[in-house]
Amino acid sequence: MTKIGLEIHCQLTKLESKLFCSCKANYREFEPNTNICSICIGLPGSLPRLNQKAVEKATMIAMELNCSTPEKIAFFRKNYFYPDLPKNFQITQLNVYGDTSVGGKGVVKVGEKKIGITRIQLEEDPGRLIYEGTSEKNQITLVDYNRAGTPLVEIVTEPDFENPKEVREFLNILSNLLENLEVSDPSLEGAMRADANVSIEGGKKVEIKNIGSFHDLEKAVHFEITRQQSLHSREIPIIQETRHWDDKRKITISSRSKEEDLDYRYFLEGDIPWVRIGNEVKGKLKSEMPESVNSKKHRYISKYNIPTQVAEVLSTDKYFSDLFENAHTKDNAKEIANIITTDLMGLVDTKEKREFSKLNSMHLKEIAYAIQSGKISRISAKNALSEIIKTGKNLSDIINELDLGNVSDEIELSKVIESVISEESKAVEQTKTNPQTINYLVGKVMQKTKGKADPKLTLDLLKKKL
Amino acid sequence: MNLKISALQFTKDVKSGNISAEEFISKTMERIQNVDTILHAFLSLNNNAVDQAREIDKKIKNREKVGQCFGMPVSIKDNICVKDTKTTCASKMLENFIAPYDATVITKLKQQDAIFVGKVNLDEFAMGLSTEFSAYGPSKNPWNTGYVPGGSSGGSAVSVSAFECVASLGSDTGGSVRNPASFCSTVGYKPTYGLISRYGLISYANSIEQIGPLTRTVEDAAFMLNLIAGLDHNDDTTINNNNEDYLKDIDSGIEGKKVGIIKEMIGEGIDPSVLSATKDAISKLERLGAICEEISLDMVKYSVAAYYTITATEAGSNLARYDNLRYGYDFPVEGYEFNSYIVKARKKFGPEVTRRIILGGFVPSAGHAGKYFLKALKVKSKLTRQINEAFKKFDLLISPTVPILPFKIGEKINDPVALFLIDINTVTANLTGKPAISIPYSMSNGLPIGIQLIANSMNDKLLLQAAYALEKTVKLPEIPI
Repeated sequence: MTKIGLEIHCQLTKLESKLFCSCKANYREFEPNTNICSICIGLPGSLPRLNQKAVEKATMIAMELNCSTPEKIAFFRKNYFYPDLPKNFQITQLNVYGDTSVGGKGVVKVGEKKIGITRIQLEEDPGRLIYEGTSEKNQITLVDYNRAGTPLVEIVTEPDFENPKEVREFLNILSNLLENLEVSDPSLEGAMRADANVSIEGGKKVEIKNIGSFHDLEKAVHFEITRQQSLHSREIPIIQETRHWDDKRKITISSRSKEEDLDYRYFLEGDIPWVRIGNEVKGKLKSEMPESVNSKKHRYISKYNIPTQVAEVLSTDKYFSDLFENAHTKDNAKEIANIITTDLMGLVDTKEKREFSKLNSMHLKEIAYAIQSGKISRISAKNALSEIIKTGKNLSDIINELDLGNVSDEIELSKVIESVISEESKAVEQTKTNPQTINYLVGKVMQKTKGKADPKLTLDLLKKKL
Repeated sequence: MNLKISALQFTKDVKSGNISAEEFISKTMERIQNVDTILHAFLSLNNNAVDQAREIDKKIKNREKVGQCFGMPVSIKDNICVKDTKTTCASKMLENFIAPYDATVITKLKQQDAIFVGKVNLDEFAMGLSTEFSAYGPSKNPWNTGYVPGGSSGGSAVSVSAFECVASLGSDTGGSVRNPASFCSTVGYKPTYGLISRYGLISYANSIEQIGPLTRTVEDAAFMLNLIAGLDHNDDTTINNNNEDYLKDIDSGIEGKKVGIIKEMIGEGIDPSVLSATKDAISKLERLGAICEEISLDMVKYSVAAYYTITATEAGSNLARYDNLRYGYDFPVEGYEFNSYIVKARKKFGPEVTRRIILGGFVPSAGHAGKYFLKALKVKSKLTRQINEAFKKFDLLISPTVPILPFKIGEKINDPVALFLIDINTVTANLTGKPAISIPYSMSNGLPIGIQLIANSMNDKLLLQAAYALEKTVKLPEIPI
């Protein structure tokens, strides 16, 4: 059986400041080495100052992943020399002497399957190394400490995944959850990184490091399984090793470094006192937490009678569920959900499109009302929607400008219907034996009116004329 | 001009116009020029000190608001950051490190118009108890310049006892304030862990060390504490002392107080003159109305071993940042791969620091932690339990500060274990976070002996009251230099 376990590093990009100082957590817009201070570059005499917000957000993640959360948490030093590490140790968490990291064991449901969470810990991100030069001889390494000290949450799973598909589904759930909690923007470059452990039946555990995005994580796991299976089928032994994900070639490469031999000499970070996270704090955090994706989904189903599939699609995406939350009323909820899932999601399917979209929840309300009151048809609604996204104008203007209003004038509509009846004599004949054929005729009327015929009136008139 | 006055006397005299800050500072700088060629307390001097004093005199004259120090000359151990000045830790590794910010204690003293006359000597990165491990040469004991002044805050103690300043700030990881205070006959005080911000103190063993004042009198130590103690948002380990006034009621006396005599600190290896001084101090306390009784803290036996294990571990980590990449000394990186570069760059550490870094790589390492580091932590927590138990019965504990007299320069430098053992009486307060003070008590063959008092956490005020009472019973000779 194939076993896959993940170690996911997720930056808390939505926080104002770094984990131990007041430099910006969002370091991406800065020139190299300008988002730094005495603390995050570890100048002599500087001391870490714990960002309480980071502890809160990390605890929220732990609670959302159904992890145990200890009464008191502690920080430890992980000691090793590396140029991206200003103090040559990383402040992180450890559970060797009892559970002292923000999250202990937990479980996440992926479809019908349960994926175990081993632990969740809060730690500081190192700086970034940039290599320049073409050959080994003239290569130079540049260090940018802007990232050093950014709050990072590490989520370690049990080796419970059996295939890349489960990995992908889990990552989708995780991204949605992080976005819903407003702690992180997974789409930012470098905000999500991962290591994966992969082993196939009869093989040894192989660790893949340095995977820079969720997208690549699935690919890397897939590659690694294929590689191991091909070795196995040729009866070549699979050795226990660390491999690196080559981002450009999309393959894993054996790393020569002896990282696994490092002894990190963990010990308690004396500069940061233990943090108590008692029940009253947890209760307060819970009350501040946004509704979970799962509970949202169930509310949509039970309260508004929205079909399960629609509710699922709607609840997992924060952008759309926020639009829904702001636009819906008791009477239009189903219609709004429909507009979002059948039309809007196709129209704004990328991050850029969302950013440029001029549509707001008021527009959705207007459109739902117009559909429900027979002012415009669904087809017209979609046309209006795409115009609103571009211009942000209000619906009534767009109906006028694009002439999208329903043809609900009986005389006008009768003319169209009569011409359809004369053109489609064969279908008219069939309606006598097969009443369903009438829908075909309605469609024809729609075609002739470019989708603007009031569907209910059309049906009534057709029935009368036949 | 009499330079031999206490801090409180100085502030009173300047405030009342009896003396001018400028004159006092000029005379102090002159004194430093005269004696420091021999004593070598200072690593660098503040060339603007006299100008700064003149500004303070001007403020006094114009009846502007002046801080409580009134231009008092203070020396600062060279492991505490003073903005725009060299902060070397007496190491070649930081030979050219100019601190870009002030330590919290420095900010507070600046606000109170203290004048920093210079940065003073220490054992490299505060590791040692004689200043012989300073990369810039040892300081000399002003009572006898052939002897060590103690350490690691040796420069602080020398500068105070030889009247090169009125007060000094040192740091105490295992006795580094109290040991030189005892050897040089000054007051040396290590407060409760967390009472004074460590922000800007260059870490050696951060979980147990504190900044502490070295002064001429106990009152001066209380005065300094008033100025620098308290919660600091730059140091998460600081505690709120509700702006306690440590000078107020300092003369309350110790009548009825129970004092425990720590058996393990007056046993084997103690110098007879130190023992008799301690016994004398105990009888004085009794005459002042205290009730003294022996107590055994058997974990003290293991305290030095635990102390060196824990401090080496933390030192190994705290000093890892000195890879010469972001600051340090001139040594170009071209042509080196990272690991080979830092191995070479870190050769600038002196022998004692190197020894402790190596030890610090070993004792907490996988496979050895159980035998050394984790065991040391166990001793630390057992010792803490024991001393807490003792404080249920006693208000204070007493011992000699150092079991031996100051020794000759060079006498013990090649015997690190013998040096380690001298810390036996001081490390307990650090390992348990308790406040402790050393006060000058007597002399033997022209060399000073100090007595140590220890109190329970946050009982710093009581500790200072007791030390004040004992100090009043002491009469000591004039320093020969």
